[in-house]
Amino acid sequence: MRVALFVTCLVDGLFPDVGKATVALLERLGCTVEVPLAQTCCGQMHINTGYTREALPLVRRHVAAFEGYEAVVAPSGSCAGSVRHQHAWVADEAGDPGLAAAARETASRTFELSEFLVDVLGVIDVGAHFPHRVTYHPTCHSLRVLRVGDRPLRLLREVGGIDLVELPQAEACCGFGGTFAVKNPDTSAAMLADKMHHVLSTRAEVCSASDSSCLLHIGGGLSRLRTGVRTVHLAEILASTRSELPEVPAR
Amino acid sequence: MTQQRGVNQVYLGLPTAPPGVGQLRGDRPFPAAAREALGDAQLRRNLAKATGTIRAKRAQVVAEVPDWAELRAAGAAVKDQVLANLDGYLVQLEEQVGARGGVVHWARDATEANRVVTDLVRAAGADEVVKVKSMATQEIGLNEALAEAGIAAWETDLAELIVQLGRDSPSHILVPAIHRNRAEIREIFLREMARVGLPAPPDLTDEPRALAEAARLHLRRRFLEAQVAVSGANFAVAETGTLAVVESEGNGRMCLTLPRVLITVMGIEKLVPTWRDLEVFLQLLPRSSTGERMNPYTSMWTGVHAGDGPEEFHLVLLDNGRTATLADPQGRSALRCIRCSACLNVCPVYERTGGHAYGSVYPGPIGAVLSPQLTGVADNPSLPYASTLCGACYDVCPVAIDIPQMLVHLRSRVVDTRREHSRVPTPEQAVMATAAWTMERPARWANALRAARLGRLLGRRRRRISTLPPPLSAWTATRDVPLPPAQTFRDWWAGR
Repeated sequence: MRVALFVTCLVDGLFPDVGKATVALLERLGCTVEVPLAQTCCGQMHINTGYTREALPLVRRHVAAFEGYEAVVAPSGSCAGSVRHQHAWVADEAGDPGLAAAARETASRTFELSEFLVDVLGVIDVGAHFPHRVTYHPTCHSLRVLRVGDRPLRLLREVGGIDLVELPQAEACCGFGGTFAVKNPDTSAAMLADKMHHVLSTRAEVCSASDSSCLLHIGGGLSRLRTGVRTVHLAEILASTRSELPEVPAR
Repeated sequence: MTQQRGVNQVYLGLPTAPPGVGQLRGDRPFPAAAREALGDAQLRRNLAKATGTIRAKRAQVVAEVPDWAELRAAGAAVKDQVLANLDGYLVQLEEQVGARGGVVHWARDATEANRVVTDLVRAAGADEVVKVKSMATQEIGLNEALAEAGIAAWETDLAELIVQLGRDSPSHILVPAIHRNRAEIREIFLREMARVGLPAPPDLTDEPRALAEAARLHLRRRFLEAQVAVSGANFAVAETGTLAVVESEGNGRMCLTLPRVLITVMGIEKLVPTWRDLEVFLQLLPRSSTGERMNPYTSMWTGVHAGDGPEEFHLVLLDNGRTATLADPQGRSALRCIRCSACLNVCPVYERTGGHAYGSVYPGPIGAVLSPQLTGVADNPSLPYASTLCGACYDVCPVAIDIPQMLVHLRSRVVDTRREHSRVPTPEQAVMATAAWTMERPARWANALRAARLGRLLGRRRRRISTLPPPLSAWTATRDVPLPPAQTFRDWWAGR
């Protein structure tokens, strides 16, 4: 299956290992992965901060960059969510029904990684091996925008050697919220404190999620407090095998 | 495009709630007010405990209803039908109320509504009124307006009484004293009750039963003496002219039946078309709000009846920015709200900041979309940003208001309004425009990412960055940033 990787701007610029892991995982599962280099950013930050006008060219670019691929896969619930639930709206707001229709069509073949693995490829056991104690934060947009449900956990339960522990109050937001973290830093920090408290209560050595933005936030707090807990993207865990352990530095 | 702009011009032209009266605007932006609230350890504990309890109760009783999704869809559809035909239903309501001996008054805004109520109380020859808990009268600042006219307004809902005695303001739609715990309530009762009426018993404990009994005794004389009652309304039935109040304590029933004159202040969106439509909302509301299968008291009245209940009934229909809200196709579904406050109880922001930080009587997610629409976004520009867009509010809303999407829409209205008012871009506008310009072309984006590698120097010999200049210092105050990688993903891919 010919798959286009929608790598997301954050992974491209700050977490390339997540992109590499996604490529390795999809290729191991028999996909032909392509990375259209015309992609940049889906515009979610602009849209969610009120800059709909500025987001319009980014939506146009995104739709053009991913035209013609059978499936578009993103290692991010919120970026896939923006494509699926916001792009057509941005085009409609600008009075461009042609772009809105094209955006809906792109959205219909765009998948978050766990959705793609479980629903399209039909795999639960991806042959991964990750001998660590891990807790999983399910992320708001995966849960409540994309409705991925327990797909990431079903994938993780099949990983060899993993000690998967349940995160208390897992469905609560970590407090990131894009520019919310900067516009409302105190409230964001209060939410992060509670999320970190729950992560630490599990005694996990790794906190995982399927969104690098949430992990940037949770990991930033865990690092600041020198907790010794590291954040690892779901793709990196699923890409790990007995022979190929991920190159993951402590963050 | 032109059609969309046309709609904008229409709703920008409609009157919003006037400033200087009522409580829809804070005196500080949300982040500043939130910062102070977050530092109050007692408040944090009270809120976490109360919202956690009510959240669990709601989840349990909603899960019991097999057709909850259908009820929710029906609730949304009934309200949308009302909003699409509001003009007709309001006139129908006026006719029905009038035909049954009530009098309808139309109030464009808070100032007009306050004047109508003040005149009615004066005409009744009264200098005090008893009140049923009501959001509409909090919104218009009725108690303050009556006080200026020399009329005392006594709140009779237990939590509103606590707030009033404590010279405080409500911080929750349904549980106005959610920010207070039992020990604080006991202190307020002991200190303040004697000042305004029957004192609290000197041996008062902080047992809920003892506190409720003290309030009951304190209020009883007021119910028996009051000549005028003021209420809000949960619903009004256009077909019959019937008003409905749902409550838990029975204080509402006392106010609605004992005094000679009853004045009800109601937002124009509270209508349902037919009596039968109440079946939907009387299932949705109690389970969503208090987590009860059915609320203890449901009072309904239709006009006046000789020898039974009030001799005079006045209904004040309040706009105060609602028509302006109705005119925005992407904002109007906020008027479906039945004030259950389920969205407050699940909101991770509300749970930590409490209601006062929102500066409006409508706090939490619904307040963040309703208050800026009632006042116009220019007066409440920080509220649409008081959310992480986590989506928990939408999932629990019994009338399916897509609050996260509406927040995004209102954020764009905030940005557009700023652009209209000043040609000089704010620093944020400049950053957003530059980011969009960079991301518009892959070559620019690739170069920008390569330049970002210079950020590696910021980490010195460590693997993290702990200080960044403003505005990113707001991030690094509490969180590190990883060092930019030596090679971006796209460069790795190109060289693979």
